[in-house]
Amino acid sequence: MLAQQSILRLDATAIDYIIIALYFVFVLGIGYLARRAVSNSLDFFLSGRSLPAWVTGLAFISANLGAIEIMGMSANGAQYGMPTVHYFWIGAIPAMLFLGVVMMPFYYGSKVRSVPEFMLRRFGKPAHLVNAISFALAQVLIAGVNLFLLATIVNVLLGWPIWVSVIVAAVIVLSYITLGGLSAAIYNEVLQFFVIVAALLPLTLVGLHKVGGWQGLVDKVTASPGGSEQMSAWPGNALSGFGNSFLSVIGIVFGLGFVLSFGYWTTNFVEVQRAMASKNMSAARRTPIIGSFPKMFVPFIVIIPGIIAAVIVPELAQFKATGSGEVDYNDAILLLMRDLLPNGMLGLAITGLLASFMAGMAANLSSFNTVMSYDIIERYIIKDRPDDFYLRTGRWATVAGTLIAIGTAAIASGYSNLMDYLQQLFSFFNAPLFATFILGMFWKRMTAAAGWIGLVSGTATAILVFVLSETGVINLPGQGASFVGAGAAFVVDILISVLVSTMTRPKEDSELVGLVYSLTPKAQRTEVVLRGDHGWYRRPVLLAGISLAMTIVLNIVFG
Amino acid sequence: MADKKKAGAFDIRIVIATLVGIYGVVLTVLGIVEKQAEIDKAAGININLWGGLGMLVFTAVFVLWARLRPIAVPVDSKPADE
Repeated sequence: MLAQQSILRLDATAIDYIIIALYFVFVLGIGYLARRAVSNSLDFFLSGRSLPAWVTGLAFISANLGAIEIMGMSANGAQYGMPTVHYFWIGAIPAMLFLGVVMMPFYYGSKVRSVPEFMLRRFGKPAHLVNAISFALAQVLIAGVNLFLLATIVNVLLGWPIWVSVIVAAVIVLSYITLGGLSAAIYNEVLQFFVIVAALLPLTLVGLHKVGGWQGLVDKVTASPGGSEQMSAWPGNALSGFGNSFLSVIGIVFGLGFVLSFGYWTTNFVEVQRAMASKNMSAARRTPIIGSFPKMFVPFIVIIPGIIAAVIVPELAQFKATGSGEVDYNDAILLLMRDLLPNGMLGLAITGLLASFMAGMAANLSSFNTVMSYDIIERYIIKDRPDDFYLRTGRWATVAGTLIAIGTAAIASGYSNLMDYLQQLFSFFNAPLFATFILGMFWKRMTAAAGWIGLVSGTATAILVFVLSETGVINLPGQGASFVGAGAAFVVDILISVLVSTMTRPKEDSELVGLVYSLTPKAQRTEVVLRGDHGWYRRPVLLAGISLAMTIVLNIVFG
Repeated sequence: MADKKKAGAFDIRIVIATLVGIYGVVLTVLGIVEKQAEIDKAAGININLWGGLGMLVFTAVFVLWARLRPIAVPVDSKPADE
């Protein structure tokens, strides 16, 4: 447990607390306002499928811009430098574009209400149940980690006891989600996005000014223990753990860029749910594509401050040089705030951090209640009730999810490294899920049995690689072990699925229309141009092309 | 207006603009009365002042956007007929 008196304590004054309090008034106000729009379960779980694309697009990235992203990526920035951008430019953008261009028509077009429900339609009950339960379990565990991290930060920064901040944060998130459902979560995510930018952008600019601009930063990092390779993104040996530069590039592109990130962004219901809430097919496809534009610039306000902190904050520079000290990389952004921001802006920066931590937890809970109500309770436990029963179920599922999250936060508090393990384990669930999805969407011969057997064997493979690397049989430092594990899970899942498919009976073609690429007429896969969808800047594929081109340019400039 | 309905219950742009606008005013005022020691802390930039002004500009843009393109979606999304 962290000490009450910490060198990270920020001297927040009345004005900072006013800024923080104001934000929470708005958060709860949005929950209250959104409540008026909720009249049935579809309103609650999918915002009545009525939101404009820029709202769902910002929510799409904001749901992911939680504690793990901001603290983790700035820590990675402080430790590894520029190669961390791969988590964004290689590890997120291509997958987000793929989701919008290729996969969204199946999700939105088939009118399923969740990702597990797509599994049900394509592969039947066993695969559905495996997916729904592992997803629900993962969400409450991650929500607990987010909650604990939030409480830790409040404890260190402001000195509140851990248990008080856990409960206060849980109550706030709970109130706005039970009131307004997904709309409240999404609207708050959009608000959070702007507050996070307003908090981190000034920090980055002041930091850059302090080190003497971009050139000053390059000089300082080159002179530091990191050396000049920390200022260029490729080949990123330190990040991937491969000594060989060629293998490192392959590892990053295939492991991180293909399997891990495609698995995460295209099958994770927390993300996909945001797109499902949009008003029509065109808006649904544009959701991840619009999100990709701000996403490609997030590294500049998350990773760059981390790099700056490692060269100008004395305690952190000392830690980087000697490997010991009172602080570590996770504190990078907090130390920079402490050293650079005057009261006022400091309050806003704390608000931004709190906002981002709550965003993560709210996203977990709002997808947990949907899967719990639609996929587990309605499907297997209490069937055929009127709609308002499931609306109430959703509200109670949120309450239950929050209580469980308080419990899992307590578990999380016992393990200092739990977050890393969770991250790895859940990325292992995603890699096989992606393999099953992609095969199922493009190969109509794939059978129901192959669906769940492939899923289970892929996950088992990932866990095996994880155990081997933990016990030292495979030795890959950095993030290399999870890249390899994800790759192996993906390959095994595909192989097993193909093998099982050849031995079992496929579903009838007529049952797969709208679910499999070759059996879905083109008209059903593309959007009808609706009123309000005109203009070249609203065409999904063109927008995706622009986004991809910009990402390539960024890779070249910062390569 | 018979075939139009307000999208959702409120316009999120106005909510965002209000919060950022209040922050902008508070920070700008803080920036104007800022002590030199605080400015030195931020490497010589009066970050409260500039940040506050930046937020006020952002607020103006968002309010303008909401004014120029108010939300109103058709009750059912029919294919465009033009």
